[in-house]
Amino acid sequence: MRNTARSRTYRTVVGLLFYAFASALVLVWLLPIVIAVFTSVKSMDEIMSSPAMWKPPKVWRWGNFAEVWGKVGMSRYVLNTFVIAIPSVLVALLVSSLSAFALAVYRFKLNKAVLILFVAGMLIPFQMLMIPVFRLSDAIGVRDSFPGVILFHVAFQLGFCTFFLRNFMRTIPFSLVEAPRMDGAGEFLIYRKIILPLSISSLAALGVLEFTWIWNDLLWSLVLLQSDALKPVTLGLANMQGEFVQYYNMTAAGSIIAALAPLGVFLVFQRYFIEGLTVGAEKG
Amino acid sequence: MKQKIGSYPWAPWAFLALPLVLYLVWVVVPIFQSMLFAFTKRDSIVYGTVFVGFKNFGRLVQDPQFWTAVKNNVLWLVFFVLVPVPLGLAVAMLFNNDYPGTRAYKTLFYLPMTLSFAVIGTIWMWIYNPDYGVLNTFLRGAGLDAWAKQWLGDKRYMTGALIAVGVWRQVPYVMILYLAGLKGVPGELVEAAMIDGANWGQRFRHVVIPMLAPATVVAITISIIDSLRAFDIVYVMTNTKARAAEVLASYMYSSSFAYSDYGYGSAIAVVQFLITLAFILVYISNILKNETDR
Repeated sequence: MRNTARSRTYRTVVGLLFYAFASALVLVWLLPIVIAVFTSVKSMDEIMSSPAMWKPPKVWRWGNFAEVWGKVGMSRYVLNTFVIAIPSVLVALLVSSLSAFALAVYRFKLNKAVLILFVAGMLIPFQMLMIPVFRLSDAIGVRDSFPGVILFHVAFQLGFCTFFLRNFMRTIPFSLVEAPRMDGAGEFLIYRKIILPLSISSLAALGVLEFTWIWNDLLWSLVLLQSDALKPVTLGLANMQGEFVQYYNMTAAGSIIAALAPLGVFLVFQRYFIEGLTVGAEKG
Repeated sequence: MKQKIGSYPWAPWAFLALPLVLYLVWVVVPIFQSMLFAFTKRDSIVYGTVFVGFKNFGRLVQDPQFWTAVKNNVLWLVFFVLVPVPLGLAVAMLFNNDYPGTRAYKTLFYLPMTLSFAVIGTIWMWIYNPDYGVLNTFLRGAGLDAWAKQWLGDKRYMTGALIAVGVWRQVPYVMILYLAGLKGVPGELVEAAMIDGANWGQRFRHVVIPMLAPATVVAITISIIDSLRAFDIVYVMTNTKARAAEVLASYMYSSSFAYSDYGYGSAIAVVQFLITLAFILVYISNILKNETDR
């Protein structure tokens, strides 16, 4: 009796310790984000008069967001990012589902070699591609245009997408491929009517992850896009720092606007996110 | 899925044709082109190829700026292994329970990972601001005035300040990898050790750590590859103008696109590539090992 009572107290204490420690940890870790939120709704006067940036604002000036969205031109950058990210993700998913199907379903001599090629490519430093990809885009007339960036994102993301989808497709029972074959179904029909519909959830998981990555890309827009009218939020924000370096509230509001889409996607689809990130960390 | 092909030798290649061509043209061929460019001198990105043999690499060896970038990259690499891996494991252990609300903690802790470096860099610039920044305000408040530095303005602290930002974002990633690994540690095994009288430390060291070895391999290789790729933070927080903070990736970028020295830039890329390749091979052999386990 005494023993169970003691262990109950023990468990309560451990529980309380957990909550105290976890709360403190999360609070400290997210302090930079909290500061960004507070700063984004402060007036410059308040920021200058009180350097304590972690204190909530005395007056919440939501108008800062309207100003950054409109006058500073963040709306344009956000729109550009959607125009780049959405087609990139959709085409990358579609094209990689073909290669994933090939690698998951068929046994052929170069299967492993092709897989290694895709996986190795996804990890190489971008610097190794920068100059040739710039030249290629220039030669085929897509440099400084959305199609140029989209084409690159699609091609480069094929590495991870193929790896991810192929791992999923391998878990589909092979009888689902063989049975329709016996009935005389063609290979493309099997891909389109059986494997693709069964892969919808993993395509969604992959899409969520890819959307965030492409949304957050800075380097490729920096290399491939020169016109300000085409730039995505990441570059828009980097440019803002030059112009508005003294206006912390403006750059803070800008950075929150730039973060909203991936943040929203993460909060809604977090389960998918985590599945996607651990591919390769678990058995394939 | 078991694989069988039988009478469809053309089928995989029909499916692979489009993706493989895209991948070869935009990724694989450019790798070899860069290798070729590393042996040329070119002032224009498009025209004027003069083969110069190993001259670019000879220049690299004698370029103090290159060695600064190498040294900084080594620091990035070392700290990306030494800090996020144990810290990510510790946080994963902390959150590996079923108290109500743990999921919310995990979600919150993971948030930095979803932000772009453009956003992260912007936010951290104010934290490091020498006059108003949170860091210095905090240090002065704690009476450590001498510790308040020009974090992004002083050569000695720049790289450290940038690495800290990278680590801040990497820890949640490593946590996710470990949480996935911990799912594979059967509770009975830990309980069995408990019955045998093993204390918490012994259980952790002799049961949990060995079970997490695969996750550790991935966490370390991915962190190393990420550290060798570091570019965005450096670009956003220093605009690659602070030469003391350059890493290989940013030095390649500034050599090529700011100084139009494209052959030299390619040589830097090749060095960065060769170092990374070693770790890519570790990652791939790890994947292939798991494949045969099935």
